[in-house]
Amino acid sequence: MTPPPLPPTDPVFGKLSLAALPLHEPILIFTFLGVAVGGLVVLGLITRYRLWGYLWKDWFTTVDHKRIGIMYMILGLIMFLRGFADAIMMRLQQAMAFGGSEGYLPAHHYDQVFTAHGVIMIFFVAMPFITGLMNYIVPLQIGARDVSFPFLNNFSFWMTAAGAALTMVSLFVGEYAQTGWLAYPPLSGIAYSPNVGVDYYIWGLQIAGVGTTLSGINLIVTILKLRAPGMGLMKMPVFTWTSLCSNILIVASFPILTATLALLSLDRYAGTNFFTNDLGGSPMMYVNLIWIWGHPEVYILILPLFGVFSEVTSTFSGKKLFGYTSMVYATVCITILSYLVWLHHFFTMGSGASVNSFFGITTMVISIPTGAKLFNWLFTMYRGRIRFELPMMWTIAFMLTFVVGGMTGVLLAVPPADFVLHNSLFLIAHFHNVIIGGVLFGLFAAINYWWPKAFGFKLNVFWGKVSFWCWVVGFWLAFMPLYILGLMGVTRRMRVFDDPGLQIWFVIAAIGAGVIACGIAAMLIQFGVSIWKRKELADDSGDPWHGRTLEWATSSPPPDYNFAFTPVIHNLDAWHDMKTRGHERPVGGFRDIHMPSNTGTGIILAGFCLAMGFALVWHIWWLVIASFAATIAYAIFHTFNYKRDFDIPAATVAAVEEARTRQLAAGA
Amino acid sequence: MSANTVTAGDSVRFYDLDEHAHPEGHSTMLGFWIYLMSDCLIFAILFACFAVLGGNYAAGPAPKDLFDLPLVALNTAMLLFSSITYGFAVLQMQQGKVKGVQLWLAITGLFGLAFLGIELYEFHHLIEIGATPQRSAFLSSFFTLVGTHGLHVTFGIVWLVVLMVQLGKHGLIAANKRRVMCLSMFWHFLDVVWIGVFTIVYLMGVLR
Repeated sequence: MTPPPLPPTDPVFGKLSLAALPLHEPILIFTFLGVAVGGLVVLGLITRYRLWGYLWKDWFTTVDHKRIGIMYMILGLIMFLRGFADAIMMRLQQAMAFGGSEGYLPAHHYDQVFTAHGVIMIFFVAMPFITGLMNYIVPLQIGARDVSFPFLNNFSFWMTAAGAALTMVSLFVGEYAQTGWLAYPPLSGIAYSPNVGVDYYIWGLQIAGVGTTLSGINLIVTILKLRAPGMGLMKMPVFTWTSLCSNILIVASFPILTATLALLSLDRYAGTNFFTNDLGGSPMMYVNLIWIWGHPEVYILILPLFGVFSEVTSTFSGKKLFGYTSMVYATVCITILSYLVWLHHFFTMGSGASVNSFFGITTMVISIPTGAKLFNWLFTMYRGRIRFELPMMWTIAFMLTFVVGGMTGVLLAVPPADFVLHNSLFLIAHFHNVIIGGVLFGLFAAINYWWPKAFGFKLNVFWGKVSFWCWVVGFWLAFMPLYILGLMGVTRRMRVFDDPGLQIWFVIAAIGAGVIACGIAAMLIQFGVSIWKRKELADDSGDPWHGRTLEWATSSPPPDYNFAFTPVIHNLDAWHDMKTRGHERPVGGFRDIHMPSNTGTGIILAGFCLAMGFALVWHIWWLVIASFAATIAYAIFHTFNYKRDFDIPAATVAAVEEARTRQLAAGA
Repeated sequence: MSANTVTAGDSVRFYDLDEHAHPEGHSTMLGFWIYLMSDCLIFAILFACFAVLGGNYAAGPAPKDLFDLPLVALNTAMLLFSSITYGFAVLQMQQGKVKGVQLWLAITGLFGLAFLGIELYEFHHLIEIGATPQRSAFLSSFFTLVGTHGLHVTFGIVWLVVLMVQLGKHGLIAANKRRVMCLSMFWHFLDVVWIGVFTIVYLMGVLR
């Protein structure tokens, strides 16, 4: 199909004009004012306290996996607030729009909100959170000093951040996609989405996707190559195992997303016919391709958290993990099976009974290794001395919540049932049930568990409990009504409703979302109070929970080089083994430690890519060419730098370790 | 765990007190290999699109009307020769001869340019007779698959030139040897992909 003639574009500004600013939408104007004022205050404070040099030298250009990990977590947290704001807006709209009321969101805005909510929560909240977690913990757990490719790690982070930034720009310049989070054609094609929304979607994800793929490669190589001596594959901590599988899934699926979105952009920019309705194009091809990426993606998100639950359960039950080997095999099975189920996302496509049965059965089969994991956790707790600290509370909430989500998933895996429930709020309730109950609860367990490692003090328990109860109660209040509504046949992405009998359920769901908002507020307060009272909450031992794996063997926060001497591993629970067999921390004989140097290349390259993305969205061709040329030229320039590392002198190491010895003695 | 049977008091070594730095770049080859596999997946998707959409001519031209097999055979020869000459460059590297490496890399680049020239000529010809990427899903997937491969060759040539400069500047130091090996993998990988393109797109295309 030939695209409709594009409106004439300005040679300097492309399609960009003042009309692109949403001056007629009061909600956006006030949001913009809030963001602008808040942003200016932050920038002002940074300038006032002369922090720019510190930020640039110690954070933006850092190649230290720990700092990069923390930056990923901060990115995830910021984007989480944005994604949750979208969620609250939808819940309010749906609770209001009854009995002839149009609610408060016009259709054009509402459609952008539900699209942005999905995209942001998956790509810019869940992904940075798990990548940050893996970045921080994996090298420590395997006794390494950094990842295999430290510069690449910094570059990956900034590409993810650039993708997030481009997505955020769409809020105030132009518009976002109105297509739903996977942008199915032909709706996302140029004929039905002629404006820039889908282009923001495409380029935001493409830029972030480069970062995700590269960080996946980086972590696979790190885990395979940098394990401490003695740590065979079957002596790796479970979190490292699940991270390995998750990263294998990333490398084996994100290129598919890249290729698929590239084809969609060719359809939109060059008028090709991959996914169009005529001239031989096939929209269903897109739906297949995007889910061949999309289904592994949900396992990318959940697998590392399965690892977290394993670590937490074993630590807080004071026992080694029950069924370590079966846990590893279950993880690997899930990894492989996640590629064989994508068609269950569109049983209604009409592939016929045999194909649907195959994909229905493979989907149900996944519940077997997942169930095995659950029993392993339960048997780990059995006869353990369980300490109900915050991470353990989140883990138990996960077990109870996730099982329900898993069961509704098996229900949806039955093709005849899916024909009824497809595209309904039942589905929405199901995947929020597993993503909030699994991924998010897991992240909260992980944050409460590893925060003391990263910062040297524990998180406040009172506000942690407030947050916990608000979240868990709020979750059930917000999503159980959606199951009921789904069974009654309410489809997703609706803006207004006719049947007044449905309203009560939407009101309950909105109240649930409000309770969750309290949970989020309590969590932010928890962070604030803990930072405020960090002296009281301080942990000098580096091992506040009586942990079992190597990350607890070093100080909190760990020194730049993680371990002055590489540990030697004899047991799966390496640190527990060292403690019980009376290891002695070496206090002398330090040597120079070889470390990678910081570099600004990552942030500069990502900046060029961000400019290129923005230019592509708005058809500003000169800027596309200039920023592309700049990216290539700067990347080549970077390859001429052969001096990329330095030595931490033995004297410095000795001084740091001496301070640590005093700290341990004072704490004992 | 069997290690539990060791009683406390045994002198078990818990730290490597006499460690030596990992040789620089010791995991680069594995990392690059995994990157290539991720790139391979992009080609897999483009092949899949061609397999599914390649028969959708939309009443437009079909492979039989378009493909000039002798020309494509010549093109294939160019790329295959470039792989052999790259192999010669690596042999020279193993003998420590910088000039030899640069010479064979230059010849490899020329073969690569010849390949690109013929491909661009073919594309130009197709577009001129109206077989544009917009004409049908078959042509969309043809141009995208073959074009993506061509784009990779283009970047390979840019890399080749940069590497020749770096070899001139620093000689055959370890970092440069590693780069020669990475580009070698990249270049041969493109060759393998092209064999798939030649077989599936051109040969099987003319048959159908």
